[in-house]
Amino acid sequence: MADLNTLTLSELSDKLAAGECRSVDIVNDVLACIEERDGRIGAYLTLDRASALEQAQAADAARAAGACHPMLGIPVAIKDLINVKGQPCTCSSKILEGYVAPYDATVVSRLRAAGAVLLGRVNMDEFAMGSSTENAALGKTSNPWNLDHVPGGSSGGSAASVAADEAVCSLGSDTGGSIRQPAAFCGCVGVKPTYGRVSRYGLTAFASSLDQIGPISKTVRDSAILLDTICGHDPMDSSSIDLPATAFAAQLGSDPSLSGMKLGLPKEYFVEGMDPEVEKAVRDAVEHCRGLGAEIVDVSLPNAKYAIAVYYIIATAEASANLARFDGIRYGLRIDGKDPIELYGRTRAAGFGPEVKRRIILGTYVLSSGYYDAYYLKAQKVRTLIRDDFAEAFRQCDAILAPVTPTAAYRKGEKTSDPLKMYLDDILTTPINLAGNCALSVPCGFASNGMPVGLQIIGDAFNEEAILRVGHAYEQTTGWHRQRPEW
Amino acid sequence: MEYEATIGLETHIMQKTGTKMFCSCRHEYGAAPNTHVCPVCLGYPGALPVLNEKAIELCCKAGLLLGCAINPYSKWDRKNYFYPDMAKNYQISQYDQPLCLGGQLEVEVDGAMKTFAIERIHQEENAAKNTHVAGGSLVDYNRAGTALMEIVSEPCMHSAADALAYMNALKQIMQYGGISDCDQEKGQMRSDVNVSVRPVGQKELGAKVEIKNMNSFAFIEQAIGYEIDRQIAVLEGGGRVAQETRGFDADRGETFTQRTKEDAHDYRYFPEPDLMPVKISAEQVERWRAELPELPAQRRARYVSELGLPEYDAGVLTSDKAVSDWFEEAMRHTDNAKAVSNFIMGEMLRLLSGQGTAISESQVTPEKLAAIIALIDAKTISTSAGKQVFEIVFNEGGDPKTIVEAKGMAQVSDDSALEGWADEAIANNPKSVEEYKAGKQGAINFLMGQVMKASKGKANPGAVMQMLKQKLDA
Amino acid sequence: MSNATQGMDVGYVAHLARLELTAEETALFQGQLDQILHYVEQLNALDVAGVEPTAHAIPVYNVFRPDEVGRSLDHDDVIANAPSAANGQFRVPKIIDQ
Ligand SMILES: [Mg+2]
Ligand SMILES: [Zn+2]
Repeated sequence: MADLNTLTLSELSDKLAAGECRSVDIVNDVLACIEERDGRIGAYLTLDRASALEQAQAADAARAAGACHPMLGIPVAIKDLINVKGQPCTCSSKILEGYVAPYDATVVSRLRAAGAVLLGRVNMDEFAMGSSTENAALGKTSNPWNLDHVPGGSSGGSAASVAADEAVCSLGSDTGGSIRQPAAFCGCVGVKPTYGRVSRYGLTAFASSLDQIGPISKTVRDSAILLDTICGHDPMDSSSIDLPATAFAAQLGSDPSLSGMKLGLPKEYFVEGMDPEVEKAVRDAVEHCRGLGAEIVDVSLPNAKYAIAVYYIIATAEASANLARFDGIRYGLRIDGKDPIELYGRTRAAGFGPEVKRRIILGTYVLSSGYYDAYYLKAQKVRTLIRDDFAEAFRQCDAILAPVTPTAAYRKGEKTSDPLKMYLDDILTTPINLAGNCALSVPCGFASNGMPVGLQIIGDAFNEEAILRVGHAYEQTTGWHRQRPEW
Repeated sequence: MEYEATIGLETHIMQKTGTKMFCSCRHEYGAAPNTHVCPVCLGYPGALPVLNEKAIELCCKAGLLLGCAINPYSKWDRKNYFYPDMAKNYQISQYDQPLCLGGQLEVEVDGAMKTFAIERIHQEENAAKNTHVAGGSLVDYNRAGTALMEIVSEPCMHSAADALAYMNALKQIMQYGGISDCDQEKGQMRSDVNVSVRPVGQKELGAKVEIKNMNSFAFIEQAIGYEIDRQIAVLEGGGRVAQETRGFDADRGETFTQRTKEDAHDYRYFPEPDLMPVKISAEQVERWRAELPELPAQRRARYVSELGLPEYDAGVLTSDKAVSDWFEEAMRHTDNAKAVSNFIMGEMLRLLSGQGTAISESQVTPEKLAAIIALIDAKTISTSAGKQVFEIVFNEGGDPKTIVEAKGMAQVSDDSALEGWADEAIANNPKSVEEYKAGKQGAINFLMGQVMKASKGKANPGAVMQMLKQKLDA
Repeated sequence: MSNATQGMDVGYVAHLARLELTAEETALFQGQLDQILHYVEQLNALDVAGVEPTAHAIPVYNVFRPDEVGRSLDHDDVIANAPSAANGQFRVPKIIDQ
């Protein structure tokens, strides 16, 4: 094995361009790694080896014919809630049993157009509801750094596949932290783009006003390449914003200086109950950035502490409607009944897991007659306050530094019995989805149990350029991202 | 005790768009089941709606035709309920910020003009079509997601006649405006009817009964009549009318309980995150207003004031847009409005109803009718010959002038020929001549008839009359 | 939000959401959801008078598509996904008018 699977996207891209390897070689190494490791990791739900190799051959042929794109021939793992024509899209749920997507999500069309290899479908929390990939009906995923630990979630399969070198990069989705948190738990880079930056068409909706697709990769540059490939205006998604084409990867230079940049430090983000090891790693990273020339300024996000309450009202309310379509009529699982009402009740009882049911009930309740104003409308108003906080903070700085999670990856089963406790872990990621702006997670050290810690770099809406620049500078001058789990 | 009924209508009208409300599937009636469907209108995972610009325009134009204000800011909401004909199990609709607000409809009911207030018009999407078969139902999503607007009246009507007049006027306006064909057979116009009854003088309205999804005007009339009687009977009997949804059994002409207030839906409306709000500028509204076609009432007034037609004619001509459009077209080829009107109201409508065809398909085109009228006005043919030509063209087609020539229908105004027939008639009917001379003016008509008979109808009646008078008065 | 302390009728709400729950599930969710609703009550402390609600994080307006026919799905693919079909249609238990 030439171990091409251990290289970064940009390294492979250079090798392909220089003719030093073929896409088929990369895919073969990745497939061999999956063969060897995935029994332990459980990242993949479906993998079509023959199709992956065919796509690789096609990419090699295209390159021979003069095509070039940084993603040409690069294998990508896709979170199993993004529709790929002709493939199942299970969302890790029994309710989508038998469903074959008849269309490509816009991000998938863009990957295809770039010549990327669609490698396979990776595990997640059911309908992206969860933070540990333990709410998955079709298989469990382990953290490559310690198989007894969770990979985070909901994009746990995406992060684990990249961390285990079973994929060069992957696509995840982030509704309340579902890219950044597993990226942090698995020692990867993950970006939650600004709402409206990446088309949601073909992304099975959890909470429509919060969901964004984004990259999980080995380096910041890799994420920038992937982001350049998938973002851009899409007329099929009304929330997609029409902006000029991006060149995030091209803007990343080799000079790691951060001089001239103001980085905000929100005092409210070092919350009670935070693991001191996580806090120390993040504070060290802040000092490191100061050392690179950045000016560190105090900012305040006073309403961020309400984010969990607001998030679990808005996200569940939207989800209760979004998941109503899974009813056993047009596709997926059906458990018959004497009338449609009985059919619905039985199908949904058998098809959804407990966390999904819990959230659907909560979301249905907060919208129901007599409660809308007290819950949903109130939450939307507090959402405005949270947005305003960020807007004010970004008047004082170019990006905000913070932890991604209060703790590093924990042991499997540790939090499954207490949903509220699990929800509270999203306190540092959900405010960004509520405000709609962007953030990335980059490795910044390890806890004493050997699990990675992530630094969250938060940017203003449509200022991915700033967070990628800070992340790239940090990464170039530290070695955290180069550490790999041992096998 | 005296009772008063109060009626409000929620009328759903399918707009004339080429594609559905939120996806680019073709909007077509009668296609093979589930052939005009896509991830969006089937509610597939990951699919997203996008607003059809044309539908918004048609909804706003409908609003302008009904005197509504166009809401400068409107938004989209999800209305949640599980039903097999609703692919997403929520309907995208407009809850608190509809496209059109206010408005009114002026209609004639039993000879009196009444104004019915419109509360709002909102845009939403249609449901799929269910058919019931042995042991189950089948769902065809071709209609799912087509553009549907809901026109909500104030509870301002008081009889079945009011409701019927309102619906007829609404239909006429929507057809005139090119908003919808309102073909009830195709489900393009359906109404939910709200009926309540209260003792005269009571301030608050009685309990509201809703009769859902009615497409036939005749059934609506029956259902309202039945429901008013039923509710009065309940009140007379000392009972309370239950607030509920009732269905209409067309065979028995009765309404029946469908859903009581207790199991009413909880729709859990909330703003649709997948669709952006719509802002409509005053300039846009004015551009749309300038494009609006003339409405029946405006046309009627113009026919009277500018074309000098009697009110009655103007009313008949404008009651159907197709007829009125045909009339307008004919007026581009002739100045004789009354003659066109007479032909339409007489020959045309009679022959059409006998054949059951539409005026637009008639072999008598507006141009050909103008040609027939020109022949009459030039006195080439008599009016009765003109009617014959009309009927020939209607049944067999052909050019009026050629027909007149081929059949020798041109009338005779030539004095020598007329004189011969006149002399003959006077000579052969001394009794009539005597009567006329004795002062019985009408006796001349008999002589006139004799001349027409002798000429086989070709004599110019005006010239004949003149000649007879000349000879008898001499 | 004062109603929240009375707790939610999980059975009723689950029916609204068309979820048939077992007695065990109902009991488990009841406790968990009451706890979550209690947590959410912290929003009571905030005065939001005069604050506009946020429905869309990035506000844009007037996103339309032209009324042009595009591609529909292949009928066979559509029916292939149906759990039950007849005559090219989706088959369901007898629908009773609601
Ligand atoms: Mg409606
Ligand atoms: Zn469609």
